Amino acid sequence: MKSLQALAKDGGGDNLILQTTIRLTVPFIQLFGLYVIVHGHYSPGGGFQGGVLLGAAFILIALGYDLPTSKRHFPVRTNAILANSGALIYTGIATLCALLGGYFLDYSILTRLLPIDPIEWRSLGIFLVEVGVGLGVMCIMLSLYWDMASGGQMEEGL
Amino acid sequence: MKTLALLATILTGAILLYGTADFAPWGDPQSPPNRHLSTYYIEQAVKETHVPNLVTAVLGDYRGYDTMFELVVIYCAGMGVVAVLRRSDS
Repeated sequence: MKSLQALAKDGGGDNLILQTTIRLTVPFIQLFGLYVIVHGHYSPGGGFQGGVLLGAAFILIALGYDLPTSKRHFPVRTNAILANSGALIYTGIATLCALLGGYFLDYSILTRLLPIDPIEWRSLGIFLVEVGVGLGVMCIMLSLYWDMASGGQMEEGL
Repeated sequence: MKTLALLATILTGAILLYGTADFAPWGDPQSPPNRHLSTYYIEQAVKETHVPNLVTAVLGDYRGYDTMFELVVIYCAGMGVVAVLRRSDS
């Protein structure tokens, strides 16, 4: 791992074909990740799978370019804030259901907040929760890669 | 010590394999786990949640508590790695 990091430091790991391919494919990977999260109600997929795809897009940038480039596209502070808010969205919605007088995680009680059909709220609640899962998984994936690849230094990765 | 660990692993594996002999037959609609809750989900999930994908309905609504702690487990793993490894000043 040390020699690979040294190679990346002198720019020996740069590869025009690889970097161009990554630059062209990353938007489509991210779009597909969003599709997997949003379409989880109708096809296989959901927050975990879509979040992993979104995180993999940023890991691809970090692999093909270098770690600072991926940090420029997705700052460390934003990553930490989004990871926390992802977990907070899920637990927050669950607690909100309990505070409004229903059961913990029973989304149909949210109809007191916005008066639409309780059954529709159960469908919408699943979607909101999946968004929280997707955000959390995306940020944790990238943060795990950053720390593992650079040994916690966050300066040069693989 | 290594032989002891190997023996313990083999013993645990053998007990687990022995336990699988008591499982209900795979895909049998009359087995107890399939008669208990599966029929309810298959018949009522779309009506109760308006989600055509039963897996999402069970994962996000009926078993939402389980999914919540799945996310919390991943979150704790990430925070643990950050706490142990990260050395940057920013």
